[in-house]
Amino acid sequence: MRIPCPFCGPRDSREFVTRGDAAPVRPAQDAGEAAMFDYVYLRDNPAGEITEWWYHASGCRQWLRVTRDTVTHAVAGASLAPDGTA
Amino acid sequence: MRYSVFSLARQALGGHKGWGPAWRDAAPKAAGYDVIIVGGGGHGLAAAYYLAKVHGIANVALLERGWIGGGSAGRNTTIIRSNYLLPGNEGFYEWSMKLWEGLEQEFNYNAMVSQRGVLNLIHSDAQRDAYARRGNAMRMHGVDCELLGVDAVRKMAPFLDYEQARFPIQGGLHQARGGTARHDAVNWGYARAASALGVDIIQNCEVTGFLTDNAGAVTGVETTRGAIRAGKVGMAVAGRSSQLAAKAGLRLPIESHALQAFVSEGLKPLIPGVITFGAGHFYVSQSDKGGLVFGGDIDGYNSYASRGNLPVIEDVCEGGMALMPMIGRARLLRAWGGIMDMTMDGSPIIDHTPVPGLYLNAGWCYGGFKATPASGWCFAHLLATDRPHETAKAYRYDRFATGHLLDEKGMGAQANLH
Repeated sequence: MRIPCPFCGPRDSREFVTRGDAAPVRPAQDAGEAAMFDYVYLRDNPAGEITEWWYHASGCRQWLRVTRDTVTHAVAGASLAPDGTA
Repeated sequence: MRYSVFSLARQALGGHKGWGPAWRDAAPKAAGYDVIIVGGGGHGLAAAYYLAKVHGIANVALLERGWIGGGSAGRNTTIIRSNYLLPGNEGFYEWSMKLWEGLEQEFNYNAMVSQRGVLNLIHSDAQRDAYARRGNAMRMHGVDCELLGVDAVRKMAPFLDYEQARFPIQGGLHQARGGTARHDAVNWGYARAASALGVDIIQNCEVTGFLTDNAGAVTGVETTRGAIRAGKVGMAVAGRSSQLAAKAGLRLPIESHALQAFVSEGLKPLIPGVITFGAGHFYVSQSDKGGLVFGGDIDGYNSYASRGNLPVIEDVCEGGMALMPMIGRARLLRAWGGIMDMTMDGSPIIDHTPVPGLYLNAGWCYGGFKATPASGWCFAHLLATDRPHETAKAYRYDRFATGHLLDEKGMGAQANLH
């Protein structure tokens, strides 16, 4: 797999560390237990397109939001993670 | 037909022309079934068999979208063991080991169960402490195991690199009753025995949805071969659990990941049992055909591809070279991948779901093969009695919400670390 890093260009996935699914969003402090349970444990686990956090550890050392297909492993694109999201 | 030396001799005299198919290729019955099990892997087949055999419920359909044993049941590295730490796990895996020990006589099929021993290597004081603790936990459950010093390990496996600078070998935890079994034969044996008891094994039949009544209870399934009605529906589709559960409106604490396995060319007998190199993420055994069967970590990112990528192949082979440098002389014959249900605590689920009439057997991570008999036994028990089996009580569906996790490795809610 090659990941098109916005800073470094297309790079081998072994330069990166994956943090997994980018879909779960941390709920607000007062959102309650059910929302926290959902965030920590439940996953859509899609067969097809997924967005993920990848960290370019051996490159620009930035967190990226990568769009990838879980069935074909094809990487559709990557963008810099907005501050505070990754 | 009962398989025996006499049936073999009789068929030999007849030129082996009298062997029939081992199981019936059934079509869905219009009248429906007491129980439908979705998933023709080892766990589903074993559950169907024990439903008929132990609980007398033979009006059972087993649905498989491809051919039986075509998923992870035919892709694993065939290791059986019961060397777990946590109380919720150890009793269950030991029950599985006991079932393995009587399996071939029980279902009259040669599953090539071979108790050649499983050796977990120790490379540091901390790892020795951890394995001593695990060994004590096993013994408290009445399970065999022995903590070995380096001399005993040397006798068992003289070909390992004992003086390696990074991970010198200091000993090992050995379970002599562990070993290997032939994965395909396990599937075929369960299929044949279940079919003989009246279970309908229906292949090329993909479940596309669930039938429900007004109260929302599951009353059957929609399939590519039409609707099939049933009193209860059990899911045993590890790897695809999230996909199927979504059709019933459920989200699971599971991610699907790719795990790769490897086999070398056939070699003369070399490796006495199963050897695991946890520090380097590599384990190896030798098949009866002579191939070195080995593997390592999952690839680490969500995948439904049934294949992995080159970085992990390189990583696993480096682990092999570090542990036993002579493996570099063997040529790699095949590498393949399977889809794993990785749960958030590394342990499986065998339980009711919140949907009435729908039962779940899922989340086997990369340890499902050894669990096959007990998983089938406990799932059948749940389907037949609506109560969890004694050894599977910890595998609750709601344990993630209630905090009763079964985190064998203590990794936390990060599916790719288990």
